[in-house]
Amino acid sequence: MSLMSEFRKGLWRENAVFRLLLGLCPTLAVTTSAENGLGMGFATTFVLLGSNIVVSLLRKVIPPKVRIPAFIVIIASFVTVVQLCMEAYFYDLYKALGIFIPLIVVNCVILGRAEAFASKNRLLPAVADGLGMGTGFTLALFVLGAVRELFGSGTLLGYAVFGSGYQPLLLMILPPGAFIAMGLLLACMNLFDARRR
Amino acid sequence: MNGLPRLVLALTLITLGAGLLLSLVESQTREPIAEQRRLETLRALQTVLPPFDNSPDADTVELVAGQDKKGRDLKRTFFRGRKDGAVTGVAFSVVAPDGYSGNITMMVGVDQEGRVVGLEILSHAETPGLGDKINRDEFKGQFRGKTLAGADWRVKKDGGDFDQITGATISPRAVVKAVHQGLQFFHDHQAEVLAAQGSHQ
Repeated sequence: MSLMSEFRKGLWRENAVFRLLLGLCPTLAVTTSAENGLGMGFATTFVLLGSNIVVSLLRKVIPPKVRIPAFIVIIASFVTVVQLCMEAYFYDLYKALGIFIPLIVVNCVILGRAEAFASKNRLLPAVADGLGMGTGFTLALFVLGAVRELFGSGTLLGYAVFGSGYQPLLLMILPPGAFIAMGLLLACMNLFDARRR
Repeated sequence: MNGLPRLVLALTLITLGAGLLLSLVESQTREPIAEQRRLETLRALQTVLPPFDNSPDADTVELVAGQDKKGRDLKRTFFRGRKDGAVTGVAFSVVAPDGYSGNITMMVGVDQEGRVVGLEILSHAETPGLGDKINRDEFKGQFRGKTLAGADWRVKKDGGDFDQITGATISPRAVVKAVHQGLQFFHDHQAEVLAAQGSHQ
């Protein structure tokens, strides 16, 4: 497969959130607004790219028997780097995402790509895969966050969209709203795919 | 080289590399992080204190406010705002442990006459869309100008002077109670706070 198709598969066909249904815990928890979704998406993309690169470079060095602990150490290191940098340079975002940053370690998308792809492929395909999967994850979180913010607070990226008469549908930014929005988006994607076939 | 030694060596090298990377990043971000935390305190102080020309975050007094369950001293820090050397207002943080979810930490500022100048919510985990309205200016603004003796420190639902929030009474109730206790403590220790030499002026 070419690098481009390695990149593109993460956007739709093998989208981590909407197609593989991986990494749903942070997805559902942080997407109360489009901005939070973007922030979490970028942080995860950075970790995914970093771990894919290192795992791919070390794939011949890491003995198969200890590959899982090795992967986790690599991923956890990148997560800590993200956490420290975010606290130092994007303090407001750091406060909004709070506890979910350390939890990127156990996001199964990242371990999944290290195990299923980066440890079996050369550097460039692993970079393309990491970028594609990360971008797909970011897009999914952004869309989910935007939908929930739009109906739950009547705003989009903090700007009021509906007039002041709009009564926000509070349910959408509470936890049940995450499941409802996720289900509706999945249904829309399935409908779109079925029409295209 | 195979078997156990190889496994041990590989894992050791990987964790060693990770450790090196982390210590490098940590040393680079330590100062910006400390600065961010200081700025956050300073921003809160600016909104809750009367105009000042000193650095209140460096002009502090610590008093023991009681003991926790393990017998350790619980300290309260008072930030003094000054203009031309004279204290114009004092700010202190209060914690409401009985919000809807987790602690609500706040910064309260009072002027020389004991009137509340401002209230700032520093951190909370109240329900988005309901309890988090305590962070709105309409809610925080009603504390302005209130004094310990001159207000009934309860929400209106309980017969007091403070508007609760529709659908969320627990959070405002906790905030009002915590601010009241903070003011009470300040009132009882006002002389000490004003007279004490700052920790590092």
